[in-house]
Amino acid sequence: MTRRLTVVLITVLALAGCGGAPAAQARIPVTVLAGASLKAVFTTLKPQFEAANPDADLRFSFGGSDDLAQQIVNGAPADVFASANDTQMNVVQDKGKAAGTPVPFVSNVLTMVVPPGNPKSIHSFADLAKPDVTEVVAAPQVPCGAATTKIEQLTKIKLSPASEEQDVLSVLSKVESRDADAGVVYVTDARSAAGKVQEIDFPEASQAVNTYPIVAINNAPHARLAQAFVAFVRGPAAQQQFAAAGFGPA
Amino acid sequence: MLWLPALVALGLIVLPVIGLVVRAPWSRFGALVTSESALSALGLSLRTATVSTLLCVMFGGPLAVVLARGAVPGLRFLRSVVLLPLVLPPVVGGLALLYLLGISGFAGYALDVAFGVRVPFTTAAVVLAQTFVAMPFLVVSLEGALRTGGERYESIAATLGATPLTVLRRITVPLVLPGLGSGTVLSFARCLGEFGATIAFAGSLQGVTRTLPLEIYLEREVDPDGAIALSLVLVVVAIVVIVVGRPRSLPGLR
Repeated sequence: MTRRLTVVLITVLALAGCGGAPAAQARIPVTVLAGASLKAVFTTLKPQFEAANPDADLRFSFGGSDDLAQQIVNGAPADVFASANDTQMNVVQDKGKAAGTPVPFVSNVLTMVVPPGNPKSIHSFADLAKPDVTEVVAAPQVPCGAATTKIEQLTKIKLSPASEEQDVLSVLSKVESRDADAGVVYVTDARSAAGKVQEIDFPEASQAVNTYPIVAINNAPHARLAQAFVAFVRGPAAQQQFAAAGFGPA
Repeated sequence: MLWLPALVALGLIVLPVIGLVVRAPWSRFGALVTSESALSALGLSLRTATVSTLLCVMFGGPLAVVLARGAVPGLRFLRSVVLLPLVLPPVVGGLALLYLLGISGFAGYALDVAFGVRVPFTTAAVVLAQTFVAMPFLVVSLEGALRTGGERYESIAATLGATPLTVLRRITVPLVLPGLGSGTVLSFARCLGEFGATIAFAGSLQGVTRTLPLEIYLEREVDPDGAIALSLVLVVVAIVVIVVGRPRSLPGLR
């Protein structure tokens, strides 16, 4: 028994030793906390940024912007915060955690999603309010739901959704499974589910544009690279990737 | 030397609750827990958990008897299957229910075509999700009690001329009452806390499908204080259920 344990220990130590070997080219970890909707584009941008900044080791933590803001306020190690809305950026700013003024870098607008083939022929925002349409929206407490409520108020079209979901992905999945006839989500979410849902844009969406701000965090351990990343996402190469994913200009 | 790990275990259970109590917004507590949405969620939770627990007893009770007394081949396998909802992440259970009873599931499609009935987004879906996750608690507790009790008294009663119904009424049920009691309490508590299966299968709408755990999770987005206050309500309800509802001899769980 003891002998077996020793063998295991030696193996583990040997492996650990191998892992730590190439200390010569140690790269600087840059931690970016970003809203979940940024996951796809940020992940594709990583190699480009690291190619331009060879000493950077970009690390992401994606999640709800509210959770991320709380993490930063509570002292989580972070170099950059990219929020999916101004509200949560304000939380970080109010606590003195932002280094400088946050800058908008992309925007996102609402769209409607329906199952492929659009079985309930939904063409306008008003169609959602038809009695035979089972629509699902995000709860007003979350950004997408707040934007939906804003459009309801502006258009005076009152929806009676079958469910007010916790997040946008839950809205999408209810439409993908066809249990909902239609849902209201962000354009980027609709694009990410292309093929499984059909996107129906509506003009009123332009009245509730959501802007994403980004900022380097105060006392970021790696301030230079943090600023470099902020500049990079606003640059033309990154902006092209954002546009391809359905984001609008800031 | 058992006291140290025992204290660690106890601390892990008790300290987080103390954390909630310490952090609770006591000055606004009353207002937070009596808001319209909070009361609606609490009422819905209590109603659905009651119905779900009754369903667990109605259907899980007979299942426990079959598992404990039956002589069908493959019973051992069935016993493990019953534990499935206990092992699966609840959200997986919710997705499974959705792909059975949603419009894309074969049962959901059949229900829609035959009766025009759709299950997701209804309070019935909440009850189904809760019954699904809570059923093993009832079955396992009751089956344990049935096995410990053994069949001796039952067979003797039968040889003395008692009808099967009399045996069930006078012998079996009284013997397993503690086990049934603790199983019921555990099921009810599990129903009250149900989150993942509900949000995946039933959706979230005030008064219809938004139970207290869903309300807590949503409230967190806008007002963490409100979420803490509601969490404490759930803690108190759970303690009341366990202390008051616990049968005199919870050792039925042994």
